Amino acid sequence: MKRNPTLAVGGAMVAVVVLLALISVFWTPWLPTQVSTNRLAPPGAEHLMGTDGFGQDIFSRILIGARSCLLVGVVAVGIGALLGVPLGITAAINRGWPGRLIMRTTDIVYAFPALLLAILLAAARGSGSTLTAMVAIGIASIPAFARVARGAALQVLSQDYILAARGAGIGRRGIAIRHVLPNITPVVLVQGSVSFGLAILAEASLSYLGLGTPPTTPTWGRMIYEAQPYLYSNLNLAFWPGLFIALAVLGFNLLGDGMRELLDPTLREADK
Amino acid sequence: MSELLRVADLSVRFGRSRNWAVRDVDLVIAPGERLGLIGESGSGKSVTALAIIGLLADTAHVRGSIRWHNRELVGMPDIEYSTLRGRQLSMVFQEPMTALDPTMLTGRQVAEVLRLHQGAPSGRARPRVLEMLGKVGIDDPERVADSFPHELSGGQRQRVLIAMALINTPDLLIADEPTTALDVTVQARVLAELRSGLAEAGSALLFISHDLAVVSQMCDRIAVMRDGRIVEQGSLTEVLRAPKDPYTAGLIATANLDAVAPGERLPVLEDFYDH
Repeated sequence: MKRNPTLAVGGAMVAVVVLLALISVFWTPWLPTQVSTNRLAPPGAEHLMGTDGFGQDIFSRILIGARSCLLVGVVAVGIGALLGVPLGITAAINRGWPGRLIMRTTDIVYAFPALLLAILLAAARGSGSTLTAMVAIGIASIPAFARVARGAALQVLSQDYILAARGAGIGRRGIAIRHVLPNITPVVLVQGSVSFGLAILAEASLSYLGLGTPPTTPTWGRMIYEAQPYLYSNLNLAFWPGLFIALAVLGFNLLGDGMRELLDPTLREADK
Repeated sequence: MSELLRVADLSVRFGRSRNWAVRDVDLVIAPGERLGLIGESGSGKSVTALAIIGLLADTAHVRGSIRWHNRELVGMPDIEYSTLRGRQLSMVFQEPMTALDPTMLTGRQVAEVLRLHQGAPSGRARPRVLEMLGKVGIDDPERVADSFPHELSGGQRQRVLIAMALINTPDLLIADEPTTALDVTVQARVLAELRSGLAEAGSALLFISHDLAVVSQMCDRIAVMRDGRIVEQGSLTEVLRAPKDPYTAGLIATANLDAVAPGERLPVLEDFYDH
């Protein structure tokens, strides 16, 4: 840890977000949707971070918001990795037309902004929801996983142990699952942590635009959206969710960088 | 004499290159026979071996015929080919340091090959794996089986690879310079273990090397390759006693330096060609 401060700092920031989400499961100081006449209160003993335009407790909403932030990250990264990684490995193993077809298709998806995809999905379903936001962000992150997995898999496939495994009669599927996948896991993990940060940011943007989570569930992006009328009079409302979005995104990115340093043997050697 | 493998007029070239890496190679291996394929780097030994086991790169063009138990291997679909590999035909590669998957316990890698071809469930594979590791000269099979490749020495890894190649008692083992990466004392022991392993499995051997001394220890017959062609083949004693090709004569003389009187110039290959 001492030799990898990036990993330690990133890990600590992510730990804060996870802790907030865990606390919210058991306890929040106020009901997050409890409206009161105590509107726009400044931070104080009663309301740790103050209250918003409806008199709702900001700290309670931040706590609950951590949950949807992590949920969106997990589901979006899950969709991206579960579809992207097999596609990337398949493209690496079948380098002829199947591989080219997969990669050109992911290029097309790559060129399509996640935001636009979310708007399309929301329009198709009639309204925005956390699910449409998660699915849209997940689909948009498939190409990144596919590319990273393909690149890493191509490198693994050129190794002697793959030739030896083929020489022992192990077929393509066995090679892909038992030999390529474990060897590209570090790279995929790093991509996962970076995508996690991006997904949180994307969900915040979608909620801000009203395409994500409905108003009854507090999310950090939605809180900034609701703080908009008070931006010049009461910065407190936008400050807290903004701070935690920054914390989560930066945390996951630093964690990814730190993991890359930790798992990349060439960088490790340079350390010594 | 019955045949296990007959290679006839085998030629291989890669991509758009017009140069054949292997040209018109003919080889026959009988069951249980040990054939040494000797030649310098780039002479086409490894390409010949990879062609036989069907692991040439996709860019390779293969001409000629490779018959295995009277089945044609050239042009066989990879799915069918992979059912032969590891069971009837197996291979040990030159570089033990990189031929084992770094993320998998070595015991599991050996068990994977056993299970793949014999369908033994994982619980029952382990005793067989440990037994096989013991047979190839590993003193503490339990520990080695539960180690990752980077925790083992080069000699241990090569023994693991030999165990993997022999566990399904293949009809033919192809060994591509299996001891070149090992130091001399380990080399001698690994070769002895390979010999006893082969004897027990009853496998034939195609042994590839550039080292005449090693080949003469391991093989009954020898084929000499140069520039993609086989320049000479015959029984070991025949070829060593009366080489017909100048290249073979040069190889034998340069390997037999004790015969040179002190102070005399050492022989080089060029001495054996008429200019």
